[in-house]
Amino acid sequence: MSAPALAADRAALASARASAQGRIRWDLLRQLVSKDLKVKYQGSALGFVWSLANPLFMLGIYYVIFTYVFDAGVPDYHVYLMAGLLAFTAFSQGVGNASTSVVGNAGLVKKVRFPLAVLPLAGVGFAMVQLALQLPVLLVIALLSGISFFGPQFLLLVPALGLLLVLTIALGTIASALNVRYRDTSHFVEIFMLVWFWTNPILYPVGLVKDQLGDLFWVYFLNPTATIVATVQRAVYVEATPIGDDGRPVQVLADPGYLFYLRNLALGFLVAGLLLLLARRVFRRYQVDFAEDL
Amino acid sequence: MSRRAVIEARGVSKRFVSHSSRATQLKERFVKGLTTRDRGPSEEFWALRDVDVVVGEGETVGLIGPNGAGKSTLLKVLAGILRPTSGEVEVQGRIASLLELGAGFNGELTGRENVYLNAALLGLPRREVDGLLESIVDFSEQAPRIDDPVKHYSSGEYVKLAFSIAVHVDPDVLLVDEVLAVGDEAFARKCLAKIEQFQQDGRTILFVTHSLDLVTQLCTRGVVVDHGRVQYDGDPAFAVGTLRKILGTDRPVGEPSGPAEKGGVVVHAAHVSASAGGPARGRFAAGEPFHLRVECEVLPSREVYPGEVGAVVMGAGDIPVWSMRTSKGHGLPAEPGRYLVDFAVDAVPPLNGAFVVGVQVDHAETGLPLTARRFDDAVWVETGDLPGLLAVPATTTVTRA
Ligand SMILES: Nc1ncnc2c1ncn2[C@@H]1O[C@H](COP(=O)(O)OP(=O)(O)OP(=O)(O)O)[C@@H](O)[C@H]1O
Ligand SMILES: [Mg+2]
Repeated sequence: MSAPALAADRAALASARASAQGRIRWDLLRQLVSKDLKVKYQGSALGFVWSLANPLFMLGIYYVIFTYVFDAGVPDYHVYLMAGLLAFTAFSQGVGNASTSVVGNAGLVKKVRFPLAVLPLAGVGFAMVQLALQLPVLLVIALLSGISFFGPQFLLLVPALGLLLVLTIALGTIASALNVRYRDTSHFVEIFMLVWFWTNPILYPVGLVKDQLGDLFWVYFLNPTATIVATVQRAVYVEATPIGDDGRPVQVLADPGYLFYLRNLALGFLVAGLLLLLARRVFRRYQVDFAEDL
Repeated sequence: MSRRAVIEARGVSKRFVSHSSRATQLKERFVKGLTTRDRGPSEEFWALRDVDVVVGEGETVGLIGPNGAGKSTLLKVLAGILRPTSGEVEVQGRIASLLELGAGFNGELTGRENVYLNAALLGLPRREVDGLLESIVDFSEQAPRIDDPVKHYSSGEYVKLAFSIAVHVDPDVLLVDEVLAVGDEAFARKCLAKIEQFQQDGRTILFVTHSLDLVTQLCTRGVVVDHGRVQYDGDPAFAVGTLRKILGTDRPVGEPSGPAEKGGVVVHAAHVSASAGGPARGRFAAGEPFHLRVECEVLPSREVYPGEVGAVVMGAGDIPVWSMRTSKGHGLPAEPGRYLVDFAVDAVPPLNGAFVVGVQVDHAETGLPLTARRFDDAVWVETGDLPGLLAVPATTTVTRA
C-alpha cells in the first residue's frame, strides 16, 4: 500500500465502484426476476403451466360469455380476445406487481443498499416474462385457427410491446413509490385496473367504438393501452373486416392499414414517455425515505 | 495519520417521525382533502445529533454504545440506506454492509441461489460470482446444505453464509452490525482472521458490537455513541472505558457502589493525584509520579480485625495491570478509627488506556476479604499513539533482504 500509484488506482477503483453501486444493473434485475419466478412457482415443475393457467381460464370464461351469452359477433373471437387479453393482463399485472414491489421487499430496502428502482422493474419484468411465455401459445392458437399472421403487420408487435413495456414501467414505478407512503395504493391500482380493462377493445370489437364516437374516435386512443391492445390485435388477428356469420363483413379492427397504428403508437410513446419522466421524478423523490417509511 | 478519508460524515443528524404518522392511506388523503398538509400530531425523535465521524482508509473502527444509542442508525446512514435529516455523508468505494442476520436472503431460495442474489445486491456481476462461489461456500462451511432453502438454516448457518458473501464481494468498506455474535467460536475465529486480513489489505471496517473485548482486541479506534451523539472517539481502550462508565458496568454486578460495610471496615474514598495530598488527577503520562490515597474506617463493631489493604489498577476487561498492598503487619490495626492509606508510585508505567482502581481490605490473618470497593473514575494514561496496552520502545530498521 506504500506505492502512491497503487493508492491512486485504488481510489479510482473505489469511486468507480461507488457509482456502480448506484446504477441499475441488469444482473441484479435478472436475479430479482428469477427470484420471483422461483419463489412463485417453487417446487412445481408445472410452473410454466401455472403461468398460463390464469389467462387461459379468463379467456375460457370470456369466450363462453361473449360467444354464447352475448354474441360479440367477431369471427375467430378466441384469437381476437386472447390477443387483447394477454397484452392488457401483462400491463395490469406488471403495474400490480410493481406497486407492491417496494413494500414487499421491505427487508431488503431497510438493510441493503442497492439501486431501489430495480424493484418495480423486476415486478414489471416478471409480468413480461409471463407474457413471453404466453405469446407463443397465442400464436399457435392463431395458426391452428387458420390465421396466417406471417406478414409485415406482424412487425407491429415490436413497437406495441415496446410501448407496453415503457408504459408499464412508468405507471408501475409511480405506484411502487406511492404505495410506500400510502399503503392502499396497490388496492386502488387493482380496482382501477378493473375499470380500465373496459376502456380497451378487448372483449368488444373496436369497430363498435368507431361507430359510436365517429369523429372523436381519436380520443379513444389517447389511452395508450387501447393503442397497445389494438396494435397487438392488428399484428396477430390480421383481418380488419372479416366476414361474419351472417355473410356480411364485420369491422373488428380499427383500421386495415399501418399508418393509423403507427400514429397512435407515436402518441402512446409520447404519453408513456412523459409518464416515465414523471415516474423518475416521483421515485427519486420518494426513494430516499423508503427505508424509513417501511 | 494523513490517510485518505474513506468514510466522511459531517454534522449528521437523523430525526425519526413516529411511524404511525408517516405511512397513511390514500383514502384518508382524499377524505382530508389533498390540500391539507397536516398529518396529525407527529412525534419526533432524534436518533443522531450532529455526528462527525471521519474514517481513514485501512482503519478498523468499533462503534459502541448502549441499546438505542443510534449505532445501527448511523451505520444505515453511512451505508446510504437512510437519508440524514441534516449533514453530509460521503463514502468512497464499494460498501458491503451486514446490517442484520442474512438481510437480503429469501427463505424460499436455496443457499446457492441466495449467494447469487445477495452478491448481485452487493454489486457483483454474475460471472464473478461463478468464480467465487466455491470459495464463498467453503468459507461459510455450508457446503452440504447449500442447495437447501435457507429458511431451514439455523441462525448461525445463516450468518456464516451472509458473512462469507459480504467478505467475498471484495468490499472497500465493510459495515457490520452485531451479527457476528451468532456464529460459534470456531467461526468467530475465522471471522477475526478474515477481518485481520482485511486490515492488512488496507480496507476499512466499521463494526457495531456489544462485545467490548473485541473492540480492544481488533480495532484501531473506538467510537462511543450515546443518545445519538458521539461521546468519545479515539483509542479503543478509552472508548470501552467511557462506555463502561456510561453503562455503569465498570462496577461489578451486585457489588454495592456505596461504602461496603463488611467485617466492620469501610472504604470511604480513594483519591488519585500526583503527590500525597495533591489535587485530584485523572490523566497521566508515563513516568509521572502517581499517588493513591485510600480513606478507610474501622468501625467500632463487636468484632474488629486487623486488615491488609490492597489496591489494583485494572485495564479493559478488568485485567489487573498492577497491584499494591500494605506490607504484612503494617496494615489497618484492629482499632476503630479513620485511617489514610497512601500508595505512592514513582513513575507511571508506559501504558495506554483507561484504568479503574479497585480497593480491597482483607483479614490480615485469614486472608478473607472484609470489604472491597471499586472506583470507576478512570485513570487515563496515554503514551505515544501506537495501539497496545503497553508502550514498548522498539527499534526498527528496514533493509533490503
Ligand atoms: N424507523 C424508525 N422510526 C422511529 N424510530 C426509530 C427508527 N429506527 C430507529 N429508531 C429509534 O432510534 C433509536 C436508535 O436506534 P438504533 O437502532 O440506531 O439503536 P442501536 O444503537 O443500534 O441500538 P442496539 O444496540 O439496541 O442495536 C432507538 O431509540 C430507536 O427506537
Ligand atoms: Mg442496533
